[in-house]
Amino acid sequence: MKKTLAKQLDSINEYEREPIPQSKLKGMKSFIGMYAGEHIAGTEFVIGPLFVVHGVSAIDLFAGLLIGNLLAVLSWALLCAPIAVKARLTLYYQLEKICGKYLVSGYNIVNALMFCFLAGSMIAVAATAVGIPFDIAMPGLDDLYPSSIGWVVTVLFVGSVITAVAILGYEQISRFANVCAPWMILIFVAAAFAVMPQLGITSISSFWEVAQTKIWTGVPVEGYTKFTFWHVMFFAWFANMAMHIGMGDLSILRYAKKWYHGFASSTGMFIGHVMAWVSSGILCAAAGGEVPPGPIAYASAGIAGAMCVMIAGWTTANPTIYRAGLAIQSIMPSVKRWKVTLIVGLVTTIAAFFPALVMQLLGFVALYGLVLMPMGAIIFIDFWVMPKLGMVSNYASVSKTNFNVAAGLTWLVTLVICLSLNFFQDVDIFFLGLPGWFVASALYIVLSKLYQRKSIVTEQRIKAAVKA
Amino acid sequence: MQVILKFISLIGLLLTVVPSFLVFSGAIELSFHKTLMFIGTVLWFGTAPFWMNKKEQPES
Repeated sequence: MKKTLAKQLDSINEYEREPIPQSKLKGMKSFIGMYAGEHIAGTEFVIGPLFVVHGVSAIDLFAGLLIGNLLAVLSWALLCAPIAVKARLTLYYQLEKICGKYLVSGYNIVNALMFCFLAGSMIAVAATAVGIPFDIAMPGLDDLYPSSIGWVVTVLFVGSVITAVAILGYEQISRFANVCAPWMILIFVAAAFAVMPQLGITSISSFWEVAQTKIWTGVPVEGYTKFTFWHVMFFAWFANMAMHIGMGDLSILRYAKKWYHGFASSTGMFIGHVMAWVSSGILCAAAGGEVPPGPIAYASAGIAGAMCVMIAGWTTANPTIYRAGLAIQSIMPSVKRWKVTLIVGLVTTIAAFFPALVMQLLGFVALYGLVLMPMGAIIFIDFWVMPKLGMVSNYASVSKTNFNVAAGLTWLVTLVICLSLNFFQDVDIFFLGLPGWFVASALYIVLSKLYQRKSIVTEQRIKAAVKA
Repeated sequence: MQVILKFISLIGLLLTVVPSFLVFSGAIELSFHKTLMFIGTVLWFGTAPFWMNKKEQPES
């Protein structure tokens, strides 16, 4: 039995080190469904309330969400998708060709850790719903450490179940997520509509006035910084920075028939993010400013609401754990994926014990994007700009080096500059992604010019001329 | 059979979302909306998995 199961788990072939064959390409519809489902995550239940806590005003929220999410869609469609459909390689393999094995291993460790923390926040979100029937004390807004034994036990239970499912039935859970997506969207909409009368919204025309005075009042909770239009816009744009500008979705969009399938991300951004963040903000205001997602969804939609929080956390934690497993496995290809997933699930569950991961989610999500962004800039420049400047793309692969110093320095120096601006100049982390991308791009060009050996560049030019 | 399942799924989704509009308009109480929403959820999950994903074939 054990042997059969292990064989089954080992046999999954995801084209990790080869381009996707034509027969496996998918149409627009597949991506519309995938993005819509993936961006209605358990964490959406936290992001909306945190905007309320940070005192975003109604006009700043709506304008910021619309523009920020539009920019996110454009980033997927114009930056990530064109490279994905031309190269048709996973992010990890693409990076390995550019950066070399050693550097990409370092990147993968950081990436996997970030995925673990992200999945941990999703497990914690699901636990806030699972704990309701057992009357478990939920962590508060200011809690950083585990608040009770009950909380730890609940998280441990949820984490174990999610890890087991991630190991045994990734395919099944992704099918189950497809079934959940339309229902979850409607739960968000319905829960928000149902609590509107509690806030004094009794007609569409009264919405805006109440929104300004009782929901997004523009006044932060004491001890929290005030968020403006710019915070919301940059957060909305960069919430998935690791996936679009950071090129994480090369691994997904390599299955797309055409580059414009990247626009399918608009379902995730506008149905998922805009609608879900607005709805969960309304639920938070109706619950008197409470943040734990389980109780606020239960108060507005009963058992169905609590189920939605649990399922949203579960169905999105699974692919995240799977991605973390992929990142680790690319460092240790000989270790079987299910063993890696087990370890990743354990780390994720331990991370989920700490409510800080949920309560400080906005900052963490911004940091996550920022840390992985420089590699996205490197891929973009390497793919489009390097050949035009007479330099070699995929330098590590061509020169057979295991560590592309230009790429390594670009990553490190960009992060040092960005994080220094955050620590020493108090520049908010939300605002660092955009200048950081330009810094990384410029650094990679300059450093590559200095680093790439002339003999290899010349050899590549001759080969290109012969081909032409 | 599929048509019947799809029809029940649709009823499930309608029961999930329509009662909230009735609460909004003052026609029903929040507690009744929660009950209807739960019934809708049961109908959806009791039927949708049997017809969704069925046509999923790798596109060529």
